Amino acid sequence: MSAANKVLVIAEHDNRQLKKATLCTIRCAAQLGEVHLLIAGSGCAAAAEAASQVEGVAKVLCSDDARYAHPLAAALAPLVTSVAHGYSHLLAPATTFGKDLMPRVAAKLDVAQISDVIAIVSPDTFKRPIYAGNGIATVQSRDAIKVLTVRATAFDPAKVGAGGTALIEALAPIDVPAHTRFVGQALAASDRPELTQARVIVSGGRGLGSAENFHLLDKLADKLGAAVGASRAAVDAGFAPNDWQVGQTGKIVAPELYIAVGISGAIQHLAGMKDSKVIVANNKDPEAPIFQVADYGLVADLFQAVPELTAALG
Amino acid sequence: MKILVPVKRVIDYNVKARVKADGSGMELANVKMAMNPFDEIAVEEAVRLKEAGVASEIVAVSCGEAKCQEQLRQALALGADRALLVETTVELQPLAVAKLLKAIVDREAPRLVILGKQAIDDDANQTGQMLAALLDWPQATFASKVAVRGEEIEVTREIDGGLETLAMTLPAVVTTDLRLNEPRYATLPNIMKAKKKPLETLTPAELGVDVAPRLATLKVEEPPARKAGVKVASVAELVDKLRHEAKVIP
Repeated sequence: MSAANKVLVIAEHDNRQLKKATLCTIRCAAQLGEVHLLIAGSGCAAAAEAASQVEGVAKVLCSDDARYAHPLAAALAPLVTSVAHGYSHLLAPATTFGKDLMPRVAAKLDVAQISDVIAIVSPDTFKRPIYAGNGIATVQSRDAIKVLTVRATAFDPAKVGAGGTALIEALAPIDVPAHTRFVGQALAASDRPELTQARVIVSGGRGLGSAENFHLLDKLADKLGAAVGASRAAVDAGFAPNDWQVGQTGKIVAPELYIAVGISGAIQHLAGMKDSKVIVANNKDPEAPIFQVADYGLVADLFQAVPELTAALG
Repeated sequence: MKILVPVKRVIDYNVKARVKADGSGMELANVKMAMNPFDEIAVEEAVRLKEAGVASEIVAVSCGEAKCQEQLRQALALGADRALLVETTVELQPLAVAKLLKAIVDREAPRLVILGKQAIDDDANQTGQMLAALLDWPQATFASKVAVRGEEIEVTREIDGGLETLAMTLPAVVTTDLRLNEPRYATLPNIMKAKKKPLETLTPAELGVDVAPRLATLKVEEPPARKAGVKVASVAELVDKLRHEAKVIP
């Protein structure tokens, strides 16, 4: 957009490859100017190598050090701010990684942070949803450095292996504060795709009635190669874990096919899934608000409809 | 140990927000307001730490117009000991709130600040992280479990794909996620008692903080509407439509 703009994308990765949300952020960044990528990790050379071949990436800054074995905001913020002044924009995906890190970076730089950007209007003007997506605000930044988190569902991922071979530059690690210690991680083990990366999502609400009944959705999800999601009401009721939550305060998803089962369709849930390409709703209440956004609505008892649908998919 | 709990006055969770006709913002006239739900969880967690003998005093703070007193009185009814209102009619953005809170922390010297991970109006999810940065304190965002052990706090965080546990030396900033606890309701006797608890009012100028907005909102629009589709009569019809019309299943 302008030759003067230089954009640093803070990569979320697993040391081997970039997360899809990072690729979407790169696509967004490319609309602003020349894109550099910062990869901080431990044993992350493979991720840096993969990143150097992503479309639109001009340079990769790689800080490979045991200090960055875990992506802690307190450890990464000093590294990001140490290179920030060479850039007009700092971007990260609006995942729990980016949401944790970027406000800390912005405050250190004494600039605003702009969350969940869904469109670039100009290098200083951006669109973002507010009030659970009931409004789309266009905001203009008056700061010298713009710090953004990017909603991945609003941008297609940059092509992997399609770029040239960007220069990989080693970046020296910086002392990390002693006040934070990583204790452990418990990632949900699942053969299913991640919610934010899935092509198909089967999501359950309070209508499922119990955690046991959520297994009904497993069978359907298995048939479709789908991820399983849940409404906040279902998480609140203890039927499903919080990392399944789709909505304003959970994950934002936009799969090709979203099947909402026993979900009434509170605005907070719609905020997380209404950009899905095709929405199917199954609810026994014909007045459920979910039907107002569904492409295909099935008014039926889910305990009959879901097994029938699972069987029909052969 | 003193705990500081910042609370925000926002549109009630159950109200559907609407864009103003002139596109200048959201319609908030005559709309029911409430304490941000994640901040209610923060107040509850602080009260539980006090009940467990970990905390000795809970100070609630809110930044904004005079009506924020309602939310502070609610925090007092739920168990906070006293309240501070930083009163201003200026539109407060997260960086400005973080700076006000830092000034309050410098004054009050709490060992722990607990606040909601995000407010349901601007959905920014920034203030706690910014406060931690300004104080050079550790931060644990999206907390689903908190345990204080002497000078250390262990927090389990809700991250994409699962849980992460961090141990931090106090003082620290913690932001709350949904499953941390289930907030209690204020009882009538406690609501009455809350009216007599101290509530002090300050201004940004008294705290020496420049709260001028850094972002200008040029306009607010309705999101693109999604039109309702069709009702299907049976599972068979649904499968047929998905296969042949939408072409999203093989």
